[in-house]
Amino acid sequence: MLIFTLRRLNLFIFTFIVLTALSFSLSYLFPGDTLINLTGQVNASPKQRLFLIEEYQYNSNVFKQYWAYLGHLADGDLGISISSHTPISYEIMNLLPATIELSVVALFIAMIIGIPIGFIAAINHEKLTDKAILSISMLGYSIPIFWLGLLAILVFSIQLGWLPSAGRISLVYEIEHITGIQFIDILISDNPYKWQAFQDATLHIIMPACVVAIAPMTIFIRLARTSMIEVLDSSYITAAKTKGLTFWQIIYRHAIRNSLVNVIRHVGLQFANLVTLAMVTEVIFSWPGIGRWLIESIFQRDYTAIQGGLLALSSFIFIVHMLTDFIYAALNPLARDRKHGA
Amino acid sequence: MSLHTKNKTLFTLFFILFFMGCNNDNVNLLSKKSIIYCSEGSPESFNPQMVTSGTTTDATSNQLYNSLITYKNDSPEISPSLAKSWHITKDGKKVTFYLRKDVTFHTTEYFTPTRNLNAKDVIFSFKRILDPEHEYHNVSGGEYPFFKSIEFNTLVKDIEEINEYTVRFTLNRADSSFLANLATDFAIILSAEYAQYLSKYGSQYQIDIMPIGTGPFKYKEYRAGSFIRYLAHENYWQKKINIEQLIFDITPSNTGRLTKLLAKECDVVAYPIAHQKIADRPDLLLNEITSFNIGYLGFNTTIPPFNNKLVRKAVAYAINKDVIIDTIYFSKAEIANTIIPPSSWAYNKDIPQQEFSITKAIAALTEAGYPDGFTIDLWAMPIQRPYNPDALTMAKLIAVDLEKIGITVNIFHKYEWTTFLQLVEKGNHQAVLLGWTADNPDPDNFFTPLLSCNSAKHGQTGTFWCNEKFDKLIKKSLQTTDIKKRKTYYADALKIIADEMPLIPLAHSKRFQARDKNITGKLLKAFGGINFTEINKN
Repeated sequence: MLIFTLRRLNLFIFTFIVLTALSFSLSYLFPGDTLINLTGQVNASPKQRLFLIEEYQYNSNVFKQYWAYLGHLADGDLGISISSHTPISYEIMNLLPATIELSVVALFIAMIIGIPIGFIAAINHEKLTDKAILSISMLGYSIPIFWLGLLAILVFSIQLGWLPSAGRISLVYEIEHITGIQFIDILISDNPYKWQAFQDATLHIIMPACVVAIAPMTIFIRLARTSMIEVLDSSYITAAKTKGLTFWQIIYRHAIRNSLVNVIRHVGLQFANLVTLAMVTEVIFSWPGIGRWLIESIFQRDYTAIQGGLLALSSFIFIVHMLTDFIYAALNPLARDRKHGA
Repeated sequence: MSLHTKNKTLFTLFFILFFMGCNNDNVNLLSKKSIIYCSEGSPESFNPQMVTSGTTTDATSNQLYNSLITYKNDSPEISPSLAKSWHITKDGKKVTFYLRKDVTFHTTEYFTPTRNLNAKDVIFSFKRILDPEHEYHNVSGGEYPFFKSIEFNTLVKDIEEINEYTVRFTLNRADSSFLANLATDFAIILSAEYAQYLSKYGSQYQIDIMPIGTGPFKYKEYRAGSFIRYLAHENYWQKKINIEQLIFDITPSNTGRLTKLLAKECDVVAYPIAHQKIADRPDLLLNEITSFNIGYLGFNTTIPPFNNKLVRKAVAYAINKDVIIDTIYFSKAEIANTIIPPSSWAYNKDIPQQEFSITKAIAALTEAGYPDGFTIDLWAMPIQRPYNPDALTMAKLIAVDLEKIGITVNIFHKYEWTTFLQLVEKGNHQAVLLGWTADNPDPDNFFTPLLSCNSAKHGQTGTFWCNEKFDKLIKKSLQTTDIKKRKTYYADALKIIADEMPLIPLAHSKRFQARDKNITGKLLKAFGGINFTEINKN
């Protein structure tokens, strides 16, 4: 496990260097003044500018500049937003939890629904149920998410009026921002209306989370199905059968656990996909997350925000990957001994 | 039943009960005590003295503040507000206001007032605008666009405290629009005590960011581009406020506001689209009101061919206003017969709607000596305004109309707005599409800025039209406070405009608002910002 950890940390460091180098080079690649792109200080006075040139080693060679940039990153300084003049790190800390919340709930929905359906398909392998599930999941995978989101708003918000169409919670409720995860903030707040707020927040998350969940869900269906079919084909299942266990006993005690291990390995990979989907969904449902903010920054040509946002988002996805790898390794001893990273 | 399934059932039951349980005590729902207004943009400031944009006055003036006097329900009469009465000397140069004694300022987390409103607050609020040396004059920019436009500093000579609850304005000249201007959304009263408190900490700039006023709602929270949260002012002097919270949900997207209305996430929305869809829903209401503005086609009356009254009339006959209302305003406007909108008391209903007749137009043109027509330059304003949302298309429609009577139109639609206005002032055009939005409900606000000889000198309106008889009438009307007399003066003035036709009034745009049926009370006014004081939620 130690070697595995070291190997992963190694990978982490290299990936981080590549990511920061890319993010740093963006300030050169974007149009306009490199120093302004990097710091976001549009209206810096000549004196301030001299200070910034010193701070970011702007007159030295590129490597020194990159080193200075890394120094600022280490201090949590990503510059200030060109359009709103607030520190990027502050905005990210405010917005990223909303995206995490949406993604986690969506992931949860995708797994809770997708995996059992996949298992059902595998158990009924090559039968009508299996084929029906496969074709529906194919359909779900091919639907463009923005179209699905708009359609969901049209049906559930406008026609039926069941679910709200925008935001994380009705503005009526005043919830203090502590952790950034809305549900936790509501529960720890001392607002007399917190149960109403909790209910309202639940209603708000249902639709966007389901929309985000659709595509990963179909993938989970197929993963779970393949994994289950493999397990059911293996010799220990045959052995269990010969022992005289009933079919459902085999499924519950042996097959589900063993096929889940394979599915978990893909959760990390799916998370990257999920965050991308969440970004589009955030725009449609006015979800105040980092994706919507990033897309707005692109419209406003807020280069500092684009740079910082991309770096934060990609680091976040990368960290999630690492974590799921660790969990997988902890669950499955075989994976630890593999010589090369998955 | 195994233990496992039992747990599951219990859990499901709990879950259902949890969601149902919350719905039972409807009386206590916070959403029933709050109103969400989906507005079209962020305010630029929380002090309407500093800006003239409609978004800002909607969000601040009537919610956070009061003025000395006010217009109640669009009536032409000025009614008391913070001043319970006032007195004007015979020469019209001294105006004394007697203040109410029971007016409290907002108590918030950031400021607790120790006294009620008195003369010091009134003096502070106006001295800030008038006196360039005043400590607060230059805070947040030092621009007071509305007061600048009415030349407030040359009108007011002095403002003094007679006693704790009496304030006197001394004017340089009599001006009957003075009271009207004090009743606008811009002439609000700030707290002098709050200003003093802020000076002590050197944070003067806060006065316009974290406001303290006397209005029905007090500031709680603002997140730029996202929302404003106001709470009811518990001790509001005028009445008890029925709602607990007023929230401005800032939603710049038109479809976004419509969706929120249909999904019941907003109680009231500003500037709705898809009027038919809203009107079809039984649970929603669509309100409309004709705004105090005018979009017009102005003639450069100093150069041929439009220095000839008959030519101007010929053009007026040839323009099909119905098509313009349908195409440019999508029927969200009223055809203008005169420069005054019908809701103003100065409106003269004896002036008929301009007739649309190509034959009469050709006859007039022949009589004027242009049987074969001519070519003109028509300048179309380069920006959108409520009174003219699309000047270029309007110019094209007019060009098609005029072609029928032999007038060829070259459309000028370039330059940026300020350059455009500067060139119009120089008189480079022959005809121009422009408009005007009134700053206050006094009808003078249409006459003097648009068609007085003084305005002709500045040339901003593009007509350069100066008629002495007309000028005398509107001046006379300003010297009296008798509305009956003023009405007759203005009726005559309007007749002169209809006869001389220095400009063709085209449209008064309408302002729309949509709301849930549960929301009762009047919100829209023909003039000025919205007001939530009278609003209830059932």
